Order: sequence, then structure tokens, then C-alpha cells
Amino acid sequence: MNVMAVVKRIAQQFIRDKRSLALLVIAPILVITLIWLVLDGNEYEPEIAIDDLPAPLEESIQEESVHNLKEMSEEEAKQALQQSNIDAFLTTKNDALYILLEGSDATANSATLQTIQAAIQMMNNGIEQEPVIEYYYGSDQLNLFDQVGSVLIGFFIFFFVFIIGGISFLRERTQGTLEKLLSTPIKRWEIVFGYLIGFGIFTILQALIIASYSVYVLDIYMAGDFWQLLLVTFLLAITALSLATLLSAFANNEFQMMQFIPLVIIPQVFFSGMFPLESLAEWLQVLSKLMPLTYGANAMQAIMLKGQNIWDVWQDIVIVFGFAAIFIVLNIFALKKHRRL
Amino acid sequence: MSKILEMNEIALSFGKEKVLKDINLSVDSGEIFGLLGPSGAGKTTLVKVIVGILEATKGSVWVQGKKMPSLELMKSIGYMSQSDALYQELSAKENLAFFAALYGLKKKEREEVINKAANIVNLSKELNKEVRHYSGGMKRRLSLAASLMHSPGLLILDEPTVGIDPLLRQSIWDEFHKLKESGITIIVTTHVMDEADKCDRLAMLRDGSIIACNTPEKLKAEQGVESIEAAFLAYGGGAQ
Repeated sequence: MNVMAVVKRIAQQFIRDKRSLALLVIAPILVITLIWLVLDGNEYEPEIAIDDLPAPLEESIQEESVHNLKEMSEEEAKQALQQSNIDAFLTTKNDALYILLEGSDATANSATLQTIQAAIQMMNNGIEQEPVIEYYYGSDQLNLFDQVGSVLIGFFIFFFVFIIGGISFLRERTQGTLEKLLSTPIKRWEIVFGYLIGFGIFTILQALIIASYSVYVLDIYMAGDFWQLLLVTFLLAITALSLATLLSAFANNEFQMMQFIPLVIIPQVFFSGMFPLESLAEWLQVLSKLMPLTYGANAMQAIMLKGQNIWDVWQDIVIVFGFAAIFIVLNIFALKKHRRL
Repeated sequence: MSKILEMNEIALSFGKEKVLKDINLSVDSGEIFGLLGPSGAGKTTLVKVIVGILEATKGSVWVQGKKMPSLELMKSIGYMSQSDALYQELSAKENLAFFAALYGLKKKEREEVINKAANIVNLSKELNKEVRHYSGGMKRRLSLAASLMHSPGLLILDEPTVGIDPLLRQSIWDEFHKLKESGITIIVTTHVMDEADKCDRLAMLRDGSIIACNTPEKLKAEQGVESIEAAFLAYGGGAQ
């Protein structure tokens, strides 16, 4: 069958083209690892300088941040702040607590304030009355990497499949093989499905490797079922592939294909749930609903962070699938440009 | 002799640009038919209409008595395009096997057909090499092999010898004559005048119209000139 002939050919090409194969698997792993290294760091421990504090407060701050407490005068503290040696200076002025924050680093700011607040609370309430905190989703171990990692896995798979799929389909046209293909009795849909299945095999492998690496090596927070996660990533990859082959019809060379990245791919990151959308203007929220990654990432977050079942997010799955189906049909029609039959 | 190809009043335009104007053409079974014309005359567009990749805006194309374009008929047409339509990462054999599969050849037949085609173009020893290691001439020959594997009744070659050295060009033309003897009809486009001399019949194409169509001898005799080149210029309205 013609579809299988195309599938076999793509597989042969891929196995010969080791670099593209590497880009598909190693590049996402490299980027996710880098992000993990940056975001999965230990909790920030603020360095606080104090002067002339009431004894109970000093004690309780000492307890909150054991080894980072320094005693210095305000003048010394200001100098230390300038040299970024400390994050805050704490003293009392006119019987009120006075906090001077370094202020240029948001992470350090909030960590410092948290430490001081916890210290004040402890002093007022005593240890017995500490509130009981439980997490409905996730846990207190959940850090920034866990939170955005689920979206990033989806995004990088989408991104790299888009590049490789789009350029190989484009090359089919620029090297003249598409024309040769269309001079044979192959049907247009057979070309499109040959591509989907041929690349599909490799994207399954890609999804499997990247998801296992994130879950088992980087130890990303994973509450749901691994195979369900794999299914969602695979669906996203197929959507990226069908979108890429469709858009390649509107590019004349590899460079023009690259130009689609800032237009089509990058905006999807911002609207895919990595940043909170609720506060956005309404028309921007509508925009996010037009992007496949929004639904894919939502499903991935539900599975990974909330431990939900794939049936709980069936709407997202159906929509991603719908996007792929639309792109595939449009692609078959776009090929009419090259042969009407 | 029976007609393998008939084109009636073919016209084709891309937007406002008229690329083919009122083309009437018929090709007999078993002849080598040449399409001669300068670049931009519409040769490639014309052969693409015959192959069925392009559809004419007006008029009809009949191959073996059936109307084009048709997927069924594409099986009995072999097409070699101007560019070497080959997959660089694959070996020559894998390229041929892929196209053989698309022409519906069964696995058992493929091996035999590939060897036969490789033998014709003298590439049997290089079949397992990857195409990116091939020279320009070898790629040309491999493209030719890919277009005649499925033993088409009609072989359409778009500038098959462009960029090929004279020695190799000679051997490829010898091949065309052998294919012709085995009953295959060949339509070949060229802008090289001395190649046109080797065709059984010739159509001269200029600005999307056929300005003359006959055997090379008669074309020269009619204008009373010695060469095809002179004949072409004479038919073109004495552009010299």
C-alpha cells in the first residue's frame, strides 16, 4: 500500500539522518534539564542582618533562619546591601519594626518576608497553635519546575516536531520529489497519512523518552498515570506535525518555515497555562482558546499535578484531536495546489 | 500507426499569464517525439499537463484513448522531471524500491525490475550507495531508471541530458533508441538543437505556441536550411 511505502521511506531517511533524530530527542531533554537545573534549586535562604531587636523576636528569627543572622549597625547594613551581601536589615525604630529590603530580586524579597513573618507569628502564637495545612493537589514539595514542567514537556515536543516535520515536508517540495510523487498514482491523502504515520512512530519514541526522563530522572511531580501522559504528549506531537506540514505549503524555503516559529509556536507558550490567564483581558483569553497547546497543556497538568484521569479531561483531548483532524483535512486540500486530482 | 497521445486545443494560464496557447499535438505509438524550444517557452508546463500533474484551463488530453488526468493512466506513464527527484539520504536501491512500490509493483517483482532498470542505466554496481555520494550524471541516470521501472508505455523526459557530458549524453540517447525498439513511446524536451536532430518527429515551441511540427528532415527542407537551429529561427519569424 502507498501509505506504508511512504512510512517505510521516512523511517529509512530518519535512521540515516542521525542529527535530525538527535534534535527530536536530545534537544528537548537538554532544554528541560537546563530548566530543571534553574528552577528546581533548593529553597532560598535569606541572609538577614539585625540590630537592636527585642530579645523574643531575635530568638524566634534565629530559630527560623539559623545560620544567616548577622549583627550590624544600620550604616554597616546599608553597605552590605549595596554589595548584595545581605538581603534585609531588621531593627526597631520608634517602637515599630523596621525592615529594609535589598529589593532587586523578587525571589529573595518574598523569601525574606516569609521568614520574618513566620518568626513574628511564632512569637505571638506559640508553637502549639500552628494551623494544620493540607494540600488538595500537589504537596508542599511542589516547586516551580513541577508547576511549569508539565507544560514545558508538551511545548518542547510540539516545538521540535513542528520544526522537523515542517522542514522535511517542505524539502519534499524544494528537492522536486513531491512533483515526482504526484506523477505516480499515489493519492493526496496517502501522502499526508504516510507522513503522519512515518513521523508518528518517531514521535511516540520521542514522547516516551522525554516523558520517562522527566518523570524518572528529573523526578518531576507526577500524580497521574504515566501511559495517559504519554497518550496526551503523542496527540500533541501529531497536532504539531499536521500543523507543520500544512504551514509548509505556505513557505518557499527553510528560512520561511522558521519564520512561523515566532508567529505560531511562541505565542502558544504564553497562553498555555504556564502563566495565569485569569487576569488577562478577555480578548486575549479568547486567543488562547484557539491554540492547541492550551488544551494539551491543560490535560497534562491535570494528569501530572492533579492526578486526574484522562476521562476527567476528555474535552481537552477531543479538542486537541479535533485540531489535528482539521489540519490534516486542510493539508490534503492544500496539496491540490500541486495536483488537482 | 496508432496514436498514444492526443492534445486538443490545450490552453493554460497561471493567473493572467498565458503559458500555453491553443496547442494541438498528436504522438504516434513507438516514436521518439521531441519538444524543442528556448527556456520559458512552456515545455515543462506542457509535459506536466501530459503527465497529469497540471490540468489545462481549456482543451483535453487523451493518453491511450483515455482522458487525462487519471490516476489509473499514471501507472502507464513514466516521468522524469528536470530536477533529480531523489531522496539524498537513501541508497539508489531504496529510492527505486520506493517508487516501484508507488507504481503498485509487488515485492517479488520489485527486485527484478530494479535490477533491470539499473542495468539499463549502467548503475548496477552502485545500487547500494547513498544518493548523496552520487555524481550529477549518476543522479540523472538514476532518475531515468526510476521513471522506466514500471515499464510504462509512454515515457516523458524533461531535459534528461541537461548538465551531462557529451559522452554520457550519447550513451543515454542510445538507451532511448533501445527503449523505443522495445515498443516504448518517448516524449523528450530539449533546448539543445543537435539533440533535436535525433528525434523521429519534432515540435517547435515558442511563447506557449507550437510554431512547427514535423520530422527534423522535413523541417529543415521546408525552410531550405541546413540545421535545426536555422529552421527554428526561420519558423520563429526570422528573429535573427
